[in-house]
Amino acid sequence: MTSARIEVEHLGYRYAAGGAPALDDVSFSVGQGEFVSIVGPSGSGKTTLLRCVAGLAAPTSGEVRIDGVVVRDVPPGLALVFQDYGRSLFGWMTVHDNVDLPLRRRALSGEERQRRVASALAEVGLAGSAARYPWELSGGMQQRVAIARAVAYAPQILLMDEPFASVDAQTRSDLQDMALSVWRAHGSTVLFVTHDIDESVYLADRVVVLSPAPATVAAEIAVDLPRPRDQVETRAMPAFVTQRAAVARLIRRPGVGTP
Amino acid sequence: MNALGGLALRLSVLAALLATWQLMAVIVADPVFWPTFTDVGAHLASSWIANPTRLAEHLLPSVARLLAGWGAAAVAGIAVGVLIGLSRRARDYVNPIIGFLRAIPPPALLPLFIVLLGIGDGMKVAMIGFGVVWPIIFNTVDGVRSVNPLHTETGRLYGLGAADRLLRIVLPAAGPGIFAGLRISLSIAVILMVISELYAATNGVGFQLVQAQRGFRTLDVWATILLLGILGYALNAMLELVEGRALRWHRGAMRTVA
Ligand SMILES: Nc1ncnc2c1ncn2[C@@H]1O[C@H](COP(=O)(O)OP(=O)(O)O)[C@@H](O)[C@H]1O
Ligand SMILES: [Mg+2]
Repeated sequence: MTSARIEVEHLGYRYAAGGAPALDDVSFSVGQGEFVSIVGPSGSGKTTLLRCVAGLAAPTSGEVRIDGVVVRDVPPGLALVFQDYGRSLFGWMTVHDNVDLPLRRRALSGEERQRRVASALAEVGLAGSAARYPWELSGGMQQRVAIARAVAYAPQILLMDEPFASVDAQTRSDLQDMALSVWRAHGSTVLFVTHDIDESVYLADRVVVLSPAPATVAAEIAVDLPRPRDQVETRAMPAFVTQRAAVARLIRRPGVGTP
Repeated sequence: MNALGGLALRLSVLAALLATWQLMAVIVADPVFWPTFTDVGAHLASSWIANPTRLAEHLLPSVARLLAGWGAAAVAGIAVGVLIGLSRRARDYVNPIIGFLRAIPPPALLPLFIVLLGIGDGMKVAMIGFGVVWPIIFNTVDGVRSVNPLHTETGRLYGLGAADRLLRIVLPAAGPGIFAGLRISLSIAVILMVISELYAATNGVGFQLVQAQRGFRTLDVWATILLLGILGYALNAMLELVEGRALRWHRGAMRTVA
């Protein structure tokens, strides 16, 4: 395996002291440049896990390390696309300004910022919507703005929380391929949360399966499929079918078949 | 079509009201105490609007005091409101004090302010400012506390500095609340401006009102009241214009949600 970029070690999290834990004991790691999917039933703690990795929530037990350093606050060069993307956009800013905002802190020339915003919007297919406001856009377009904002930031580590959960099937395929091309172009490390088994296998190098709450890692499955992936070809491969079945079986009956 | 119909309806209600006034005044036929609307309007035009000296000597100082008091309250109220809104500790310490201070009816402070500050412009501006700062503070606090946590976290995630977080996230998000406070306080400011000029004044619209009453110039009393109504209405309309521009996004976003 490549050198570990993100290490999650015996991570536990409780929202209320003495309450039921959302995360019990989660351990896994992600290599430099790897694309890892996390699947788990709804309410299993996927969002909580990403918040801990992003440094937005402090673990109750265990720790998260990025490049060997324990995460205590948001690490530089990390971006998170929230599950509730629509509400994470700023309604008082145009699409352009939403994408530009994170660049203000980076020592970039105005020209370079302009170029990055334009190319990020082009990558997600929103070049023509820069001057519009988020509330003028459909859900799928808002999601692409949130992704463009993360892409323009050029994060070394990109976390995405069920980013395509609420878009129609066609848009979803397009966004999946866009996510892959962004990942390939930027060489970033991606942690991608989803509850869609097909999606988790289609995108990733590796799938981490969480048990129902409180989460532990039920299994890790290496995805053995050639890249670049293709919506038709890849999904038709026998290996795709077996691997998605393996993930599905684990989600139904976690613990069974754990290596 | 609908908007036009609504406007026509509103105008016809206004016209009916004025016609009733006119009719009553004609029936009562007492031009000294119950002047007709047309007489009052004509007097307003000749004694105020077409009288640059009176406008400069009395309307201008009134408007200046009002705007100075309200403007200072806006700056202070928004600043204090943001501080309290952002800090739970500040809220714990300051809330009871503010709750008490705003319960004091501002006109009750007039005698105290006269003793402390004299009868000059400073006293009047201070009284207006003190009276109108509370709704601005409270509404700003509400606005700041209603900032969507995802927005706060997005700012944190992308490492925004304190200035960016304040100017680009907190203040715009609190905008609807802040403007609600500014609108309430503007109407209170007009009231306090008049009250502060009824006593201990040597100029101003409120002062002119008392002078007219003392001189039994009833027509001038009526005209001056009408002038104050127009002033309040115009100030509010201007604020709404600014608000409409600043919060265009908010109305758009609300429409989408609905
Ligand atoms: N803000 C919160 N306060 C209290 N409990 C929460 C909060 N957010 C999530 N939880 C609980 O933590 C568990 C995991 O939630 P979450 O991480 O959102 O799961 P997922 O993203 O996998 O659907 C759930 O049982 C949920 O009810
Ligand atoms: Mg979730």
